Amino acid sequence: MLRAAHAEEAAHNPLIPALPDLLWGAVCFAIILALFWWKVLPAVKKLLDERAAKIEGGIERAEQAQREAAAALDKYNAQLAEARAEAARIREQAREDGKRILVEMREQAQAEAARITAHAQAQIEAERQAAVTSLRSEVGSLAIDLASGVVGESLTDDRRARALVDRFLAELEAEGDGARTAGARTRA
Amino acid sequence: MLEHDLLSALFPALPLAAGEAEFHAPSIEEFFPPVVLFEGTPFELNRIMIIRLIVTFAIVLFFYLGTRRMRLVPTRFQSVVELGLQFVRVNIAEDLLGKKDGQRFLPLITTIFFLVLGMNITGIIPPFNIAGTSVIGIPLLLAIVVWFAFVYAGLRKSPGKFLRNTLFPPGVPWYFYVIVTPIEFVSTFILRPVTLTLRLTMNMIVGHLLLVLFFSATSFFLYEWQDAGLMRLFSVGTFAFGFAFTLFEIFVAFLQAYVFALLTAVYIQLSLAEEH
Repeated sequence: MLRAAHAEEAAHNPLIPALPDLLWGAVCFAIILALFWWKVLPAVKKLLDERAAKIEGGIERAEQAQREAAAALDKYNAQLAEARAEAARIREQAREDGKRILVEMREQAQAEAARITAHAQAQIEAERQAAVTSLRSEVGSLAIDLASGVVGESLTDDRRARALVDRFLAELEAEGDGARTAGARTRA
Repeated sequence: MLEHDLLSALFPALPLAAGEAEFHAPSIEEFFPPVVLFEGTPFELNRIMIIRLIVTFAIVLFFYLGTRRMRLVPTRFQSVVELGLQFVRVNIAEDLLGKKDGQRFLPLITTIFFLVLGMNITGIIPPFNIAGTSVIGIPLLLAIVVWFAFVYAGLRKSPGKFLRNTLFPPGVPWYFYVIVTPIEFVSTFILRPVTLTLRLTMNMIVGHLLLVLFFSATSFFLYEWQDAGLMRLFSVGTFAFGFAFTLFEIFVAFLQAYVFALLTAVYIQLSLAEEH
């Protein structure tokens, strides 16, 4: 028994592998290698890829949102500028329209005024003509009545009466002309 | 009978023969426990092999559950799993190899990191209390896999450039190649796997022996040595050391897993490099 133990002790060198040692070691190694190679590491790789894709997707989405926001802001600003320009254009238009209307109205008023003035002058002239005519006939009859009374002679005979009146008036006018000319000469 | 064997194989510290007052220093036999199942076949199962299978099952369970239904917004458990995988992917693979080549060799590097870490950490987890990597089989196997990986990476990229960069480093006068080339050959193709294997195995063996030493000494001083007297107080010191080294072993478990995975990436990176 003791000798057997000693013999065994002599046979055991820790640097020399026993066959079962190598075989079981190989079995353990093969199992664990297979586990990592076909099961664990592919699963982890897939997971890491998914995680990376998810993070990248998140960043991509955030960038997309930012781009959209920037686009919306640009569009809004453009619309605002357009609206401002439109407002300015309308204001300008209104100002021009106002000016034009003012000018037109002024012209209209002036024309109206001229028309009214011309009308009034024409009326005044007509009335003056009428007054001159009626005055001439009345002055004529008055003068004849007066002269009849003075000379005692009937001057009712139309032909002679008219001739008399005409001569009288002509003298009257001539006197008036001479007085006016004399006045003008004196002023000169 | 079989059940009893299995139990005593898993918990060797439990049934002690009473009345012995002799201190047993831990020996290398710690790493060659009795065979439990399939004795005489190449698939002999002893305690350490069973621990390896349990670790493998735990890793499969952990990562299967952690990546079964992955969500974009991770649950707490998924975050932990992702954190572990991300550490290997970003800090080891992509850091040294870049995105593209890091992706290519990621399954190998991830497997090495978590396999080594899981096998190491059993060194301080009761009731296992021995690292699955403390017998040379797995470290040697992984070193051979790494050897094929970096040779494959170099030959696949450009056979001529790989061999020239490796064996005839540029910038050395040609007559030095008589000395440099054999040194480079040995260091690249022989010493790399040897150092990978031994660094891990020896770290785990020594760590385990230290823990066994401190805790069995504590046990010895505390109650196995009947007439110890004041010597019992030594048990406080040995326990404190055992506790400290347990914490240190947690650190070593992570560190050795990181170193193994990192060197894998470094060797592959050197094979892919345009110039050294």
